[in-house]
Amino acid sequence: MTELRILSPTAILGYGFPLTSFQAGLERDPHVIAVDAGSTDPGPYYLGAGKSFTGRAPVKRDLCYLIEAALERGIPLIVGTAGGSGAKPHVDWTVEIVREVLREIKAKARLAVIYSDVDPELLREELRRGRVQPLGPVAPLTEEEIAASSHIVAQMGLEPIMEALEAGAQIIVAGRAYDPTVFAALPVMQGYDPALALHLGKILECAAIAATPGSGSDCLFGYLRSDSFILEALNPQRKCTKLSVAAHTLYEKSDPYSLPGPGGTLDLRETRFEELPGGKVRVSGTRFIPTEKYFLKLEGARRIGFRTISIAGVRDPIMISQIDEVIAAVKERVADNFRDLRDYQLHVHCYGKNGVMGALEPQPQPGHELGLVMEAVAPTQDVADTICSFFRSTLLHFGYPGRKSTAGNLAFPYSPSDISTGPVYQFSVYHLLEVDDPKGLFAMEVREE
Amino acid sequence: MRYVKDVASVIRSKNAGPYELTFDLMFPDEHTYEQVRHSITKEKIAALYKIPEQDVLSIIHFAPAHAVKITIVRPRASGDLGETDVYGAQQHAPLLELTY
Repeated sequence: MTELRILSPTAILGYGFPLTSFQAGLERDPHVIAVDAGSTDPGPYYLGAGKSFTGRAPVKRDLCYLIEAALERGIPLIVGTAGGSGAKPHVDWTVEIVREVLREIKAKARLAVIYSDVDPELLREELRRGRVQPLGPVAPLTEEEIAASSHIVAQMGLEPIMEALEAGAQIIVAGRAYDPTVFAALPVMQGYDPALALHLGKILECAAIAATPGSGSDCLFGYLRSDSFILEALNPQRKCTKLSVAAHTLYEKSDPYSLPGPGGTLDLRETRFEELPGGKVRVSGTRFIPTEKYFLKLEGARRIGFRTISIAGVRDPIMISQIDEVIAAVKERVADNFRDLRDYQLHVHCYGKNGVMGALEPQPQPGHELGLVMEAVAPTQDVADTICSFFRSTLLHFGYPGRKSTAGNLAFPYSPSDISTGPVYQFSVYHLLEVDDPKGLFAMEVREE
Repeated sequence: MRYVKDVASVIRSKNAGPYELTFDLMFPDEHTYEQVRHSITKEKIAALYKIPEQDVLSIIHFAPAHAVKITIVRPRASGDLGETDVYGAQQHAPLLELTY
C-alpha cells in the first residue's frame, strides 16, 4: 500500500471532458475511474419526475470512453447518483445506456446495480419509532409527506459500494450516493485512511472545478498515500493551487471545517494545503469523526400540481409605476371570475424589479422596462392553462388609473403566448434516518452483461 | 469606510442543500483577509438582506482559502412555489454594498 490513483473525468456524468485530459489521466495508470452523476441543485423536479437533468446523448458519450478505458485496463468504473437523482428510474435509465454501450463495443462486464429507494412503509415505521429527524431548517417529517412523495432516496455511504467491489463488479451503477463514496470505496477497502480518502473524494467529485481556471467539464487526478493525498489537473491549461483547492472546500456547503456524511463527519480544522511544483497540491491532516449512530440522508419530492407560464414585457412608465397594484387587482379579477376554482397559485415574476431576488431584493425599484413571467400552478394542467390565460388576457386589457395606452398593456415575444410546462414538484423529504445496518436499505443486483 | 467588493477576489452565492443559501467572500491574500474578516457581522448581513438576524445561520472564517462564509435560511426550499433562483447563484448582489 504505497499509492492509490483515482481518475475523475468530469464533475457530472454527461458534462463531458477533453480526450487529451482523459488520456493523460489513463497514462498515470489509475486504479479506479469514478464519477458522480448527480446533484439536488437543479431542483425537485428531476427527483420527483424520475427524469435526468443531463441529456442521454452526452451521458452516453462519456460512458463510451469510461467503459472502454476501464474494461481495457481491468479497473473498476463507479458511477454515483446515477441519472442525476439516483431513484430507480434514474438508475435504470443509466443501466440501459451502459448495456447499449457494452453491446456496441462488443464487450462483456460484471455489472453491479445498487438501488437507493426507500420503501415508504418502512420509513413510516421508522418515523413512528422516532428515528427520523429534520436536516437543517426543515419541518419534521409527516406520514402525509411520505405518502405524497413520488420518490424518496437515501444517500448511501461507502459500505454498499465496497460490497459491489468485493463481488468483483467491473462497472458499478449506484443510486443516490454521498458524493465522495464512489472515489473513496476502493481505497478504504484496501486499508487507506477513510478521512483522507473521503476528503479526496469530496474534491474529486467536482473534477476540475477545484483547479484554476476551474471547469466542470474537465478531468482531475488524485494520488492517495498513507499520510496525505495529492491533486493534479490533467489539462496543461489548468493547475491546482493551494487557494483553488482550499476554496473548493467552501463550495455548496455551509461549514468548510465540518462536513457531515453517512457514518461520520470529516473534520478539516487541522487540514493543511501545500503547493507542490508542477501545479499540484498536497492535502493532509484531515480527520474523520464517526458518529455514535449511523445516519443516512433522505431526499424526497412530491408532485404539487401542474404549471402554465406566459412571458411578456411592459414598457409603459405609467403602468410600471403602479405594477404591484395592477398585478394585485388582476389577481382579484381572476379570483372573482373563477370562484369555484380556489385551489390554484398565481405568481408573477417581475424582471427589472425583483425578478431575481424576490422578497430578498433590497432595491425593488423598477427599471424603464419590465419582463413579466406569469405563472399559474393548479391541480390539473387544464386549470393551470385556464388561470394563466385568463390572468394574461385580463392584464393585457386592464384599465389601471391614469392609463393612456388603451390598446394593450403587454408586449408578447411569442405566439402562442402561453406555455404548459407540465408537472411541478416540491422537496418533501430532507431528513436524517438512523439505521443499524449501513447496507440494509440498499438493494444490490450483480449480473454479467 | 471602504467597500469589501473593491478588495475581494470572489463574492458568490449558491445553495448549500435545498434549504440554505451560502455566500463566499474570498480575498487575494492573508493581509486583506485579516483586514476585512472581523467587520463582516450577522447584523450587517441581516440589514443588507432585510432579514431577521436569526436567519443568518453562521459566519465562518476559513483561513486556508482566505475566505469568509455566510449562510442564511433560504427564503423558500429550492424550487418551491414563488422560487426566483433554483440554484441560488444570483443572490450575492447586496454583498457588493458591504463595507469595512
